[in-house]
This record gives sequence, structure tokens and C-alpha cells, in this order.
Amino acid sequence: MTCIIVDDEATARAIVAKHCSGIPELDVVGEYDNAIDAIKFLNQQDVDVVFLDIHMPGFSGVDFVQTLKNCPKVVLTTSDTEFAIAAYEYEAIVDYMVKPLTADRFEKSVQKIKKALDKEPTAAPNTRSISNTDAVQDLYINIDKRLIKLHFDEILVVKAKGDYIDISTENKDYRVHTTLKKIKDKLPEKIFLQIHRSYVINFTKIIDIEDNSVLIKKMVIPISRSNRPELMRRLNLV
Amino acid sequence: MEQPNLRYIKELSGDDIEFEQKFISILKDEFPVEFASYKEHIDGKDNLEAADVVHKLKHKFNILSMEEAYRYAVTFEEQLRDGKTDMDQDFRHTLINIEAFLKTL
Repeated sequence: MTCIIVDDEATARAIVAKHCSGIPELDVVGEYDNAIDAIKFLNQQDVDVVFLDIHMPGFSGVDFVQTLKNCPKVVLTTSDTEFAIAAYEYEAIVDYMVKPLTADRFEKSVQKIKKALDKEPTAAPNTRSISNTDAVQDLYINIDKRLIKLHFDEILVVKAKGDYIDISTENKDYRVHTTLKKIKDKLPEKIFLQIHRSYVINFTKIIDIEDNSVLIKKMVIPISRSNRPELMRRLNLV
Repeated sequence: MEQPNLRYIKELSGDDIEFEQKFISILKDEFPVEFASYKEHIDGKDNLEAADVVHKLKHKFNILSMEEAYRYAVTFEEQLRDGKTDMDQDFRHTLINIEAFLKTL
């Protein structure tokens, strides 16, 4: 089982890492002192488990779980017993360990992780029983180390631009370091459609379609020949 | 006054002396930073920021097997979030005590 450790305290990370080293099946593939760096890593690589401190400055463990679309199993490590009940509201959270961690308690947690992974042997489940992007209403983008929430409804157009994408919303434009494919995978197919190699649009926002372009707000977006049939199929054409 | 000790660290380390030394080194690096941050926030009347540091420091009390200090810190953290700093002096004594202990390691 691969895992990462997320805690803003170096001593806390060292304790979890030490316990992990005593479990041959556990392979620590990363340690992070903040949630945002961990989320960046998880957007690039899947892991089985995250050992996560619930109380971190600016971005709590619960925020972390809510942010990830495909959240791995999470074991919360914390000094706060009062969060326990709230934590179990999330399907991804399989255990809750109160610091200081002991070897016996850690081993019990590993057993819980194994059971949870055995129940769902395929891809890691999403949080709160969400099984696809259609059930989620928003996504988070990373801008200057801040995670900004965008509701799907406010997103108009996503344009590929080299190593970046430009997201146009009702009120503001954002540039994000990711690929069009990655963001497309996070957007619900029900309302988003790729109409060109470089463009994904929210097709509920189309004002009109003319020849090989669509108008969204004041933006004219090209439609590629290969994507046109799917667009036409989706339209409620009279 | 309750004294810090290495009981938990030794239990965690087992016979891994290298880990024990490394862990103590991390603790000796991290604790003064948090202590300084606590003083800065409490002196600057940033009670919520101070509460966040107390939250981290209480984990250090656990690591140093200081159960009474931990319970005190739990209450103090709540007090700080309510804007009350009455427990500051006793809390500082605990921190000074730990500071002195870490210098002996």
C-alpha cells in the first residue's frame, strides 16, 4: 500500500513515518507540510492512503478531503477528539487517530485501511459517496498557493494554452498550470463538451452557433470538424 | 511541576538509536520556533494565532509525556479562542521548563 503523510509539524510526520516503517506493506511515497502541496502530488499520482493532520493552518484536513475528486483512503491524525464524529461523515475517512500515536493503535489503523481497501478493490472511492463529477457542484483551482472554488455553473470556457489552461467564468478569468484533459476529466459531461482541440465549453452557456463557431458571452469559440457531430447531437434541435 | 521526559520517544524508537537521535534533533529544531511564535502572537494580542500555536505545542507535551501540561493546554487553547489570556503565565513556565530540558539532550 502506498501512502503519503501530511502534517505541518515535522515531529508529527516523523512519528507517522516511523510507525509506517514498522509495517512492511506500507510504502511512504511522500511527506508534505501543507495540504496544497499534497493535493498537487495527488493530482499527479494515486496512492492508497493519506495520513492527514486535521488541523493545519489555512486548509483543514476536512477541506482536503472535500477538495479531492478521487480521494484515497484517509486516516486522520490529530490532537482533537471533538472532530471525530464529523470526520466519519466522509466515506474516504477510514480511521481517526489521536496523537500521540502508539504502535498498537497504528497497527489497528492499518487493519482498518486494509479492510476498507478490500471492500473497494478498484479505484479509490470519492468522498461522501460521490461517484462521478455529475454529483459534485464545483472544483478547486490552485492559484498562487490558494485553492479557489469555482462552481461548474459559473465556468464558461476552458482554453488550452501551452502548459496552462485559461478558465473564463462569468466574472473573472483564471490561468492554471494543468492540461485541458485533466480539467475536462473533472468537469461533468452533462454540461461540458470539448468542441475543439483547445477548447472545452459549458454548452448551457451557448448564445448561438454559426457555421464553425459558437458564441458564449462575447467569446467566439471555434468548433472542429471532428467535434461538431457530438455538439449537434447534444443540442435540443427543433 | 511536571517534568518532561523521553518515555514516549524511547518507546517509539525501540532500539533504533539513530531514529531517536534524529527525532530529538527535529524536536529541538521545531520547539523553539513554536515557542517564539507563541510569544510573538500572545504579546501581539493575536489570540487566535496564539491558539493555533498552542495546538501544536500541546502535541509536544504529549511527545514529552506531560499529561497535565497537555490538559492545561487543551483548556488554554479554548480560552484563547474566546479571547482570554489568563493562563499565559503558567503556560510559559511549562514552555521554559521544556526549553531547559531540550538543552540538556
